[in-house]
Amino acid sequence: MFQRALCGATAFHRAGICLFSQPFENPVATAAKAVGPGLVRGFFAMSMTIGVPRETFAGEKRVATVPEAVEKLIKLGFAVCVETGAGIAANFGDDAYLAAGARIAGSAAELMAGSDIIFKVRAPTSEEIALLKPGSILISFIWPAQNPELMRELADRQLTVLAMDSVPRISRAQKLDALSSMANIGGYRAVIEAAHHFGRFFTGQITAAGKVPPAKVFVIGAGVAGLAALGTAVGLGAVVRANDTRPEVADQVKSMGAEFVPVDYQEEGTGVGGYAKVMSEGYQKAQLETFAKQAKEVDIIITTALIPGKPAPKLITAEMVRSMKPGSVIVDLASEQGGNCELTVPGEVVVRHGVTIIGYADLPSRLARQASTLYATNLLRLTEELCKTKDGVIDVNFDDEVIRGTTVIKEGAITWPPPAPRLSAAPPQAKPAAAVAAPKKSGHGHGAGEPASARSLAITFGVGALLFWLVGAFAPASFLAHFTVFILACFIGYMVIWNVTPALHTPLMSVTNAISSIIAVGALIQVAPPLVGGTQGRPEALILGLAVLALTLTAINMFGGFAVTHRMLAMFRK
Amino acid sequence: MSANLATVAYIAATILFILSLGGLSNPETSRRGNLFGIVGMTIAVLATAFGPRVTAAGIPWIVGSLAVGGTIGLYAAKKVRMTQMPELVAIMHSLVGLAACLVGFASYVDTSLVLEGAEKTIHEVEIYIGILIGAVTFSGSVIAFGKLSGKIGGKPLLLPARHWLNLALLLGVIWFGVQFLQAHDIDAGLLPLALMTVIALAFGVHMVMAIGGADMPVVVSMLNSYSGWAAAATGFMLSNDLLIVTGALVGSSGAILSYIMCRAMNRNFISVIAGGFGTGGGAAPAAAGAQPAGEVTAISATETAELLREAKNVIIVPGYGMAVAQAQHTVYEITKLLREKGVNVRFGIHPVAGRMPGHMNVLLAEARVPYDIVFEMDELNQDFPDTDVSMVIGANDIVNPAAQEDPTSPIAGMPVLEVWKAKTSIVMKRSMASGYAGVDNPLFYKDNNRMLFGDAKKMLDEVLVALRG
Repeated sequence: MFQRALCGATAFHRAGICLFSQPFENPVATAAKAVGPGLVRGFFAMSMTIGVPRETFAGEKRVATVPEAVEKLIKLGFAVCVETGAGIAANFGDDAYLAAGARIAGSAAELMAGSDIIFKVRAPTSEEIALLKPGSILISFIWPAQNPELMRELADRQLTVLAMDSVPRISRAQKLDALSSMANIGGYRAVIEAAHHFGRFFTGQITAAGKVPPAKVFVIGAGVAGLAALGTAVGLGAVVRANDTRPEVADQVKSMGAEFVPVDYQEEGTGVGGYAKVMSEGYQKAQLETFAKQAKEVDIIITTALIPGKPAPKLITAEMVRSMKPGSVIVDLASEQGGNCELTVPGEVVVRHGVTIIGYADLPSRLARQASTLYATNLLRLTEELCKTKDGVIDVNFDDEVIRGTTVIKEGAITWPPPAPRLSAAPPQAKPAAAVAAPKKSGHGHGAGEPASARSLAITFGVGALLFWLVGAFAPASFLAHFTVFILACFIGYMVIWNVTPALHTPLMSVTNAISSIIAVGALIQVAPPLVGGTQGRPEALILGLAVLALTLTAINMFGGFAVTHRMLAMFRK
Repeated sequence: MSANLATVAYIAATILFILSLGGLSNPETSRRGNLFGIVGMTIAVLATAFGPRVTAAGIPWIVGSLAVGGTIGLYAAKKVRMTQMPELVAIMHSLVGLAACLVGFASYVDTSLVLEGAEKTIHEVEIYIGILIGAVTFSGSVIAFGKLSGKIGGKPLLLPARHWLNLALLLGVIWFGVQFLQAHDIDAGLLPLALMTVIALAFGVHMVMAIGGADMPVVVSMLNSYSGWAAAATGFMLSNDLLIVTGALVGSSGAILSYIMCRAMNRNFISVIAGGFGTGGGAAPAAAGAQPAGEVTAISATETAELLREAKNVIIVPGYGMAVAQAQHTVYEITKLLREKGVNVRFGIHPVAGRMPGHMNVLLAEARVPYDIVFEMDELNQDFPDTDVSMVIGANDIVNPAAQEDPTSPIAGMPVLEVWKAKTSIVMKRSMASGYAGVDNPLFYKDNNRMLFGDAKKMLDEVLVALRG
C-alpha cells in the first residue's frame, strides 16, 4: 500500500520535468491521488530517470533491462525510459515495456538527454559517450583494466560509472554478480555450439544400427562458465572431465557428475577473490603435459581459463590440436581475451587440422532473452543496493564495500582499482588442514555444543579428574556402583534429549515431569518395609504418614503428568 | 516377587523411560513415547509394591494414596487449558520437590537401617542433599507457579546485596550440614536438618523471585532439571538404581533445555539465575529519551486482511500475547482460509516465545495447526526477504531488530526473527508499551512496518471477518 503510493507520487512528480514523445500513462499514479498526505513521504525528493538505450555493438542482441525488472524499478521510485526497439533482438517489444510502466524514447539522443542513470550491457562507444548527460550515472560492463582510453573519456564527461565487471566477489554481492550470470549462460551455450558442430551424439547408445560411444568432453577451468558447461554436457549424456588450477573446486566438479583431472604438481592456484592466478613455470609445464594427454583422448574441449586483468593463458597448443581426432570441436570461451587455444580466431568458427575451433565472443548474446533477463535482475539488485531508501534517488555510498568496489569513476574522478577486498570467497592462504574440520551441526540446528577451546576443555577435565579422584579415594564400594549408574544415566539423558525436536519441548517437560514421579518408588519402600533387624524406636506412624503423603503427591504428578502429555501430543498432527 | 525379579523389572522400566524420551524426537513417534513412559512407570510401581521391600500390610495404603492422588491428577490434566500449561508444569515440579523432602525426612528418622563409618556419612550427606534440592525445587516451583499464573507480579524482586544474601544462605547450608553430620543421634540431627530446610525454602523463593517474566522459560526448565536431581539424590539415599537413572535422565533433560533457552536469549545461565534482567509488567512506560526516532503507522483490520489476501508468502510469528488473548484458534481459521486461497502461510517460532520451552507449538497444535507448517527460527529466518507479509501476534523482544543493530541494547546479540526483512510486517499489539525486557522496539518505527492496535483475539476476529467478506 505504502510503496505503491510512494512510487505513484514520484512518478507523478517526474511528469513535470520529463518531456517525452510518449503520453504519460502510469496506472499507479491514479492510486496516489486516493492516498492521504500523511503516508506520502519522500514526495519532495528528486526521483531519477533510468534510461535504457539500444545496444549498438555489432551482433549484440542483449538489452540492459526487461519489462519484469522495469516494474520493480518503478516500485523503487524510479522512472524508466527505454529507447524504441531496444529489446527487439531479445524478443521484448516496445509494448511490453510500455505495459510495465516504462516510457519509450524515439532515439538514443532523446533518451540520454532525459536520463540521470543509463543502464547498458556493452561499454559505450565514443559517439554514445558524447550523448551522455554530464554528471549522469552509467552502469554497464566496462573492463577498466583493458580499456584505459574508455575510462579517460568517461571521466572527462564527469560521469559516475559503475562497472558490472568489477563487482566484488563477496557473498553479499552474489545477487548482482553479472559476470557469473553471463558466464553461466556462456558455459551452457558453449556446449550447445559444440554439439551443433560435433558430428555425433553426446550420449552413448546401443541401437539396432550399431553402438555409439559417448562423446568425451574436457572442460578447462571450473569457474561459473566451466561448471555450467560441465552440467550441460553431463545432462546431454557425455563423459565429462575437468581441470582447474584451484584444487578446492575438485569437489564442485565431482558434484556436477564430472571427473576432476588433477595436474600432478604441487602448487596452490587460488588468487585474491576466488579467481585463478598466474602459475609457476614448472606447474605450467606439467599442466600442458596433462592437457596434451587429454587432447588425444577427448572429442570436445571447452576452455574457460581467464586470469583477471591479464591476457588469457595459452593452454591448447597447435600441436595438441593436431593430435585431436578429426571432427573434434574446441570451444574457446576466452577468445575475447586472446583465447586459450593458439589457433583461435576471436569471433569466428575456423577448422584447423580437421578440428572445429569456435571462437565466438558473444555466447551470452546468442541466448539474448535469457541473458537480458538475468542481467536486468543483476542491475535491479544493484539499484536496490544503491537506493536503500526506495525513493528513486541513487546514493553512491563509498562506505558500502560492494558499491565501492563496483564504482570505477565517481563524478569524473577515476576510483579504479578499489582497495583490496577484505574477504575472499575461498580460504586463500589458510593452512589446508585447518579448513577441513568445520563444526558439524545437529539435525535441529543446535549441535551438542561447539567444540570447546583447548583451555576450557583442560579445566573441565582437570576438575572432573579431581572429583573422580575424591570419590574413588573416600567413597565405599556400594556408593561407587550407584555412582557409575548415575554418571552413565546422565550421558544417556544428554544424548537422548538432543534429539528432541524443539516443537515438542513442552511435552518433553511434561513427560519428564511425569517420569520424575518415579520418586514414588522411594515412598513405596517406606510405607511398610519388611523389618528384620532392630525396630525399636522406629517411629512407624510418622514414617508411614510421610510416605503416604509423598505417595499421594507423586500420584497427582504421575497420573496428571502422563494424562496431560497425552492430551498435548494428541493435538500434534500434520 | 523376588529381589532379582524386581531388579529386572527396574531395568525394563529404565529402558522404557529412555525410549519414552527418545520417542519425542518427532511428533509421529511422540505418542508412542508417552505410552512407553506410562508402561515403564506402571512396571516400576508394581515391581516395587509387590517386591521384597514392601509387605502386604502396606498395600491398602498404597492403593489408597494412588487412587486419591491419581484422581486429582487426572482431573487437573483434563481441566487445564493449554495456555495454562506452564503453570501446571511448575506446580507439578513443586510436588516432586515436596515428595523428595518428605521421603528424605522419613528416611532419616527410620532407625531400621544401621550403617557405620563412611557409609553412614555418605548416607547422611545423601539425605541432606536430597532434602536440600527437594526444598529448593518445592519453594522455587511454587513461586514460579505464582508468577506464571499472575498471582505474583512478573517484576524481579531485587533485594540489595542479593548475591551476598545467596552466599550467606549457602554458607548457612554448609554450616548446618557439618552440624548435622556431627549429631550423635537422630533427635540431635533433626534441628540442623530442619533449619537447613527452611534456608533451602527461602533460597528457592529468593532465586525465582529475582528472575523476570521473560526469563521464565529458563526457570521452568531449570526447575524441571532440579526435580530430576532431587529424584536422583533420593535414589542414592535409598540405594535404588531406578531412581538414580530416572532422576539423572530428567535432570539432564532439564539442564539441556535450560541451556537451549539461555542460548536462544544469548545469555549465560549464571546471569539468568542471578536474575534482574527480565523486568515485569507489559505496561511499564518506556523511558522517554531512549525512544527510536520515526513515526508509527497504524493499520486497520480491513487493511490487514487486504494485505494478507494479496500476499503469496506469509509468516506468522506468535508470542505470549497470543496465549494471553487465547487467539490461537482464530489464527488457525485465518491460516486455513489463506491456505485455501493458495497463500503459503507458515509459522516462525522463537525458542523462548511464550513462558515455557515449546509453549507456542503446543498452542498451535491445540488449534489444529499442522506441525509441518510450523518452523523454528533457524529454519525460516533466511526466508523473510521473500516474504510478502510477516505478522507478529503479541510478540515483542523476539522480533526486536535492536538485538542485531544496536550493540548497546540490553538484548544485543540475542537471535531474533528478522520479520522486518519481509516486504511488510504487521505487529499486533495492545499498546506501544515495551516487551518484558523493557526495551523499546525499533521495528515499530520501520517504514515497512504497520501496527494493528487492539486485543489480539478481537482484531484477528475482525481480520477473519474481513477476509471472508
